[in-house]
Amino acid sequence: MSNALEIHHLNKSFGGVKVTQDLSLTVKPGERRLIIGPNGAGKTTLFSQISGEIISDSGSISVFGKDITKSPAHLRAHVGVSRTYQIITLFPKNTLTHNVALAMLGISKHKWSTINKLKADDELFVKALELLDQVGLKHRANMLISEISYGEQRRVEIAIAMSQNPSLLLLDEPLAGLSHDERIIVRDLIIAIPKKTTIIMIEHDMDVALSFAETISVLHYGSLIVEGDRDYVVNHPRTREVYLGH
Amino acid sequence: MQIWAIQTLNSLALGGLLFLLSSGFALIFGLMRIANLTHGALFMLGAYVGATVMAAGFGMLTAAASSMLVIAIVGGLIERLILRRLTGNPQGQVLATLGLAFIIADFCLVVWGGDPIPINTPDMFQAAVSFWGLTFPMYRLVILVISCIIGIALYLLLEKTRLGAMIRAGVDDMQMARAVGIPASQLFTIVFCLGAGLAGLGGILGGPIFNAYPGLDADMLPLALIVVILGGVGSLVGTFIASFIVGFIYSFGIALIPDLAYVILFLPMVIVIAFKPTGLFGTIRT
Amino acid sequence: MKKTATLLVVAFLISIPFYSGEYYINLGSQMLIAAIFASSLNLLVGYGGLTSLGHAVYLGLSAYITAWLITKLGLGHAQTAVIALTATTIMGMIFGWIALRATGLGFLMLTLALSQIFWGLAYRWVSMTNGDNGISGISRPSPFGVNLDDSNYFYWFVLIIFLASIFIISRIVHSPFGVSICGTRDQSKRMTALGFNVWLIRWITFVLASFFGAVAGLLYVYFHKYIHPTVMSITSSAEALLCVIAGGAGTLTGPIIGAFLVMILKNYVSGYVERWNMLLGAVFVFIVLFMPSGITPWAAEKIRLIRNKFE
Repeated sequence: MSNALEIHHLNKSFGGVKVTQDLSLTVKPGERRLIIGPNGAGKTTLFSQISGEIISDSGSISVFGKDITKSPAHLRAHVGVSRTYQIITLFPKNTLTHNVALAMLGISKHKWSTINKLKADDELFVKALELLDQVGLKHRANMLISEISYGEQRRVEIAIAMSQNPSLLLLDEPLAGLSHDERIIVRDLIIAIPKKTTIIMIEHDMDVALSFAETISVLHYGSLIVEGDRDYVVNHPRTREVYLGH
Repeated sequence: MQIWAIQTLNSLALGGLLFLLSSGFALIFGLMRIANLTHGALFMLGAYVGATVMAAGFGMLTAAASSMLVIAIVGGLIERLILRRLTGNPQGQVLATLGLAFIIADFCLVVWGGDPIPINTPDMFQAAVSFWGLTFPMYRLVILVISCIIGIALYLLLEKTRLGAMIRAGVDDMQMARAVGIPASQLFTIVFCLGAGLAGLGGILGGPIFNAYPGLDADMLPLALIVVILGGVGSLVGTFIASFIVGFIYSFGIALIPDLAYVILFLPMVIVIAFKPTGLFGTIRT
Repeated sequence: MKKTATLLVVAFLISIPFYSGEYYINLGSQMLIAAIFASSLNLLVGYGGLTSLGHAVYLGLSAYITAWLITKLGLGHAQTAVIALTATTIMGMIFGWIALRATGLGFLMLTLALSQIFWGLAYRWVSMTNGDNGISGISRPSPFGVNLDDSNYFYWFVLIIFLASIFIISRIVHSPFGVSICGTRDQSKRMTALGFNVWLIRWITFVLASFFGAVAGLLYVYFHKYIHPTVMSITSSAEALLCVIAGGAGTLTGPIIGAFLVMILKNYVSGYVERWNMLLGAVFVFIVLFMPSGITPWAAEKIRLIRNKFE
């Protein structure tokens, strides 16, 4: 079985600044990978290149054997790449159900239909409710995104990402800004994600992140500097250097 | 030969006027991200105000100063009373400036009537100047010179003064500028007044060429848009050069193929936006 | 509730010629035509989130092509209608491709530029368009032998096309495609990540808007039997924009109500107040400052509040 993600010699610059430097990375199917690194290390930029929002200058990106380096951004969801965002970009004036249903519509041929009404009892909405139930938000299904709490919005982000049955899920700081209790809820949700979805996560909350990850990659100024299992990375001198400055 | 020379000078003069008009628009858009669709109307109002001052017996210098002042104040009022309330709503701002353009244009119609008001070339510039065996109307040369002087003055303002530094910082990155303590609120008003004032100045200086007539605003605004698109936002040099490019295209176009004047004018703009959105020199995408 | 209200309104609209004078029936026709035009623009502005300042070009192209084919070539109405609608929609496809190279201000300026080019051509290319004199002598069609010179019949003709257009537009905006248009308006980056082809969705919306704009243009030139370049001016596009914004962008009834209000203002106010343009501008500024979502949502909100008080 081919690797979930294979990145070879990826490079990206903005103006004079190199945000991704000769980066090579391999993630196995079903793996739980954690990407850490100080601010500015290029973690989100890496995600954006995998999801296609940013086009790399050189190098290659393959997902389950398919080369997607030049593939347009809107086709990546169709090969199974799904991501959540650091800054919540849900649809604030729509209900939770609508948000999740919209996500499912994205990869369905149904989205080009102009004749029939998208009805509330459509299959799409039924499935959306199930997903919201899985993240514990079924009772809020008919509220608008703008009416629910930040923590609940983060959970909707995960529901949306999962609604597309991704084979590769990119979680960008899923715990950012959450209270202690909320973190536990979201952590459990992430842990419950089935193995058929490979997960790559960017996180700063070390307690949660380290317990979740099988392999950790450390990024610094756009380069991969340390990679290995938890103990290896935590004890590696370069990791300390990058985080503590010495 | 004489005809070509005259046309060239006309183009240069028009370019100069366009620079006065467009530099204000570019500054406002660059700093505040507002597409000020009122700009053509401000130019026209400047022409009308100046015409009234001159009709009262004063010279061009007084008229120019009055126009600049009055239009700058109008600009300030627009910014403070209306645009300020629409921060964060760019579509609203564009629509509001569109509405204001209609209001100002109709106001001019009410006050000054529907007939064009002739504006006389100031006596001291009425002569013709001869060199290279050709004669040129002096006033057009004067406009060219004045625009260049203003261009240099703007350049010095932006590059050498504190105000200019603040403006440049704001154009580059407003969030960051605010973060380092640049007073965005006052800066916006100052720049809007400056931009409006320049438009008003352009209006009266252009008076002897265009006169003041209803519809001057609708004629000038698209030209300003084209200049800014071609030259790019965020570059004074770009605006300067583009003003003259457009001046040439328009003047020669109207003279040679009047039927297709609008096409040759807008086509470069369409091509530039479609294929090089930062404009020929600019740094900011429209 | 909604269905009964709609039926009542439709019944009311059908009934107007039975008790109104010719002036009002003609005004009614104009209002319906304006409503179709505003609704077409609304697809782009309200649902797509793409502000266009050049929509009048579709009205104008369709009208001029029809006028030219009827007066210069003597073609029949059915043929000219098909040609005008097709040709204008094709222009919409091309303009859409050009305009969508940019977003925001760039898009606005491109739509403005494209419409200005044709406005200029309409004035200058006198051999084709008669320039400032306009083209007159356009006859109205006689579908199934019905004489549309009669203002009653013409009104019902326009009403039928209006109802059909609104019905189609309503199906579109409530369909999965319609939902995705709104999505691209609200969070276009997210939509791309979710697998939607945002450019294509926008382009199709643009083409649909140009098509319905062309329909309005056809009816417009039949009504006036005359066409003049001002129809493609910035003022014309701005009026349509005002109808959409004032009525309520992104709603089905908003632009219709907006069009009705603007037409009433235009017809009555211009009798008492000469300053139509100033009023237009003032209304723009007022709506933008105080009722940014438009009158329909504002009124709906007030009605909702009143309802809540009674419950």
